[in-house]
Parts: sequence; C-alpha cells; structure tokens
Amino acid sequence: MCLAVPGRVLECLERDGLRFARVDFGGVRKEICLETAPEAGPGDWVLVHVGFALRVLDEAAAREVCEALGVPEGRA
Amino acid sequence: MKFVDEYRDPAAILALASRIRDEATQRWTLMEVCGGQTHAILASGLDSMIESAVELLHGPGCPVCVTPVETLDRAQALAALSDVMLCSFGDMLRVPGSNGNLFDARARGADVRVVYSPLDAVRLAAANPERRVVFLAVGFETTVPAVAAAVRHARARGLSNFWLLTSHVRVPPALAAILSAPETRIDAFLAAGHVCSIMGTQEYEPLVARYRVPIVATGFEPRDILEGVLLAVRQLERGQARVEIQYRRAVRPEGNPAARALVEEVFEIVDRPWRGIGVVSSGGLALRADWSAFDAERVFAELGEISALEPPECRAGDVLRGLLRPPACPEFGRGCTPERPLGAPMVSSEGACAAYYRYRPVDCLEASP
Repeated sequence: MCLAVPGRVLECLERDGLRFARVDFGGVRKEICLETAPEAGPGDWVLVHVGFALRVLDEAAAREVCEALGVPEGRA
Repeated sequence: MKFVDEYRDPAAILALASRIRDEATQRWTLMEVCGGQTHAILASGLDSMIESAVELLHGPGCPVCVTPVETLDRAQALAALSDVMLCSFGDMLRVPGSNGNLFDARARGADVRVVYSPLDAVRLAAANPERRVVFLAVGFETTVPAVAAAVRHARARGLSNFWLLTSHVRVPPALAAILSAPETRIDAFLAAGHVCSIMGTQEYEPLVARYRVPIVATGFEPRDILEGVLLAVRQLERGQARVEIQYRRAVRPEGNPAARALVEEVFEIVDRPWRGIGVVSSGGLALRADWSAFDAERVFAELGEISALEPPECRAGDVLRGLLRPPACPEFGRGCTPERPLGAPMVSSEGACAAYYRYRPVDCLEASP
C-alpha cells in the first residue's frame, strides 16, 4: 500500500486545474499529480505513490548516510 | 534504475550485514513497522543474514490488514446497490469480509472497480454522472494526502456523485499501543519510511522519550533496511534512544509541508478500530465536518448497522502486533492459504502471512500436517 517508485520529472503541466508532471520511470512515462510536491521541476527525481509525488528525492542527503555508517556506497 | 539499483547492491548489503553481526554484543529485537519492509526482508533473506545479532518482528504496517471487517462489509453492501460504483485499490479487493471479498461481489454482478489513484475514482464519477461513485479510502499517512487532493478536486469540479468510505489509519498511535502492552519485548523500531516522507519524524519524539526505544525512519530496499538496523543496533549498544533518519533521500524531520497541509484541511484525527487490534486511540483520520458531504457513511445511512463476522481461529491480531510468527499459527498453510484466507495478512501484498507463504516454502512445509 505504501509502495512508492522513483521517477524523473520530464515536464510540468496542468490538468483540470491541478499541477501535474510527465514522469519517466525507466522508460515508462506517466502523468503524476504534483499537488503534494509543488516544488518539483524538470530533472528532479520524485518518489511516486498512488499517482502523486510524495516528495522530491535528495541525492546529497542519501550520501550522508553512507558516510555516517562507514560502509561503502552501493554501485548504481 | 537510479535510486533503486544502488540500494540492491550485493556487496554493500553483505558489508552491512557483517557490520551488524560484528557490532552487536547481544541479540536485539527490532520491529519493522511497514509490511513493505517485511516483504523486502523475507524476499532478500535479510533476517537470516543477521539472525545471530537481531530478531526481526513484523509490525502492523499493512493498512489493508487493519481495515475493519465492518468497513469491508459496508463496502460490499454499498457495491450491491444497483446505482453504486465502488472503487478501491486492488489490494483491498482481495481481503475477506464476512461474506467473501469485493471480487466475489463483482462476480455477483456488483460494479466494483480497481483504481491506481484516488483521482481515477474522481474521473470515473465525472464520466458517469448517473452512477453514485464511492471510493473505499484505505491507507496510512502516505496515502491520505492523495485522497485529500482527490476530494478537494471533486468539490472544485462540483461533483455531487462522489463519496469516500474512509478507513485511514495513523502509525504513531499504533506504535504507542504496541509499546504499552505488557507482553511487548521490542528494543527498537524501524519506522515506515514513506509515512515519514509525509509526516516527518517529530511525532516519534514523545514515544522515544517515554519508552526509551530508538526509532529509525527506514526505507524499503535491502540496503536501506540493513542501514536502519545498523543505526538502531549502534544506538542500543551505546544505551541511546533517539529518533534517527536512515531514509534521508526521502525523509526530513518536518515531513512534506504541502502534503501535510492538504491532510490538515480535509481530515481530522479520530479514534479508530484496527482489525485484529481493537480501537486505537487517535489511530485514524476522518473527514472534517466541512467535508462531511463527501462521507459515504453519512450519505448512505440507509444501510444501517453492519454486524461483521470474524473467523475465531484467525490470529491476525497477534501477527500484526509481532506476538506470533505466521508459520507458528496453527492455521498457517492449512486452514489459511492465499486461495482460501482466514484473515487479511494472508492476501495483502504487505501481509506478513503472505510474505512467509510466498518466500519461505520450507516453513510452510513444516507447518503442513
């Protein structure tokens, strides 16, 4: 239920008066509602749940954890 | 894919597991809150990799599992009305009520639709003005902002044929209920990362202060989970109890302010019954008075009281509180299978029983007569 998938914002648009974005999920493209993450813009990675962006993903913050733990970062 | 593959890297996972085993001077008991984490743990065998250092108990984080039977029965009664179109997430439709599930209701001719997003249900209402469209709204804090946005959108479009049958639940009160139970033996929690993406971590501070348990907001990939475990074990080894964030790419202490504002506008905190657990004080969310025109329970009051039946042999409540491992249930794999479930955890994609059934065939063999 709380499953969320990361995707990259291609472009922002409007649908029926709501903020939306076209988001690329490794080749699959879907329109995602940005009412819950209005700060997202093209190029941002967002975490998507039930058609809505939960938030913009923060890559720099992710690296802090690896450094704090002293365990090697995984290979992307 | 970025933000996924690097969190499944075997070398990093093995290094973390070894670090956990090295740093633990005793065996600690941790509970992962979210059923998505439970499935990741069993699918990757993380529990066996750190077995000597950590016992993982599986928590109540399966909204489908804790949705009361009364709500499911009410959804079935609504779906049986000839002008009603009942929509929900696919996972919800497989869960058994007193008299079969919503797929059975569909087989009997009811108009039951699977939607991916709450906005899809609003679109169905707009496209079918002659139908009364009810969205069975389940989910934790992760899902509530999407539902709030959908209701706002229905109002903005002036729709008068869209309602919610609400069964939203909140995680922190459930953790408080688990911690205050005398039989609890949990040393630390891995909190559900996506709930924290929305709500942040401030709600956990009073729990940490009161019960002296570390709470680590943790993600869902194998490396996330072992990082969360390692952070929790380090706190325990040092005698600390703090709120900490492992899932930093997606969680900030303050959560997501835009999403929280949506929830705050449309929903208010209420006491709510959790299936198998009982009434959890402040454990749910309901539509505010200003939004009650969208409340299916108010509008379809003609259905009256629903008396639900729960199979007495189902021990889902004990499973959801981490008191019983699914394979230890006398019915597991015998009287209860995904094809013929007694309770929701055997069919939900986040249910602990379903996870063992799917990923631990050996346990299932041992459980069978």
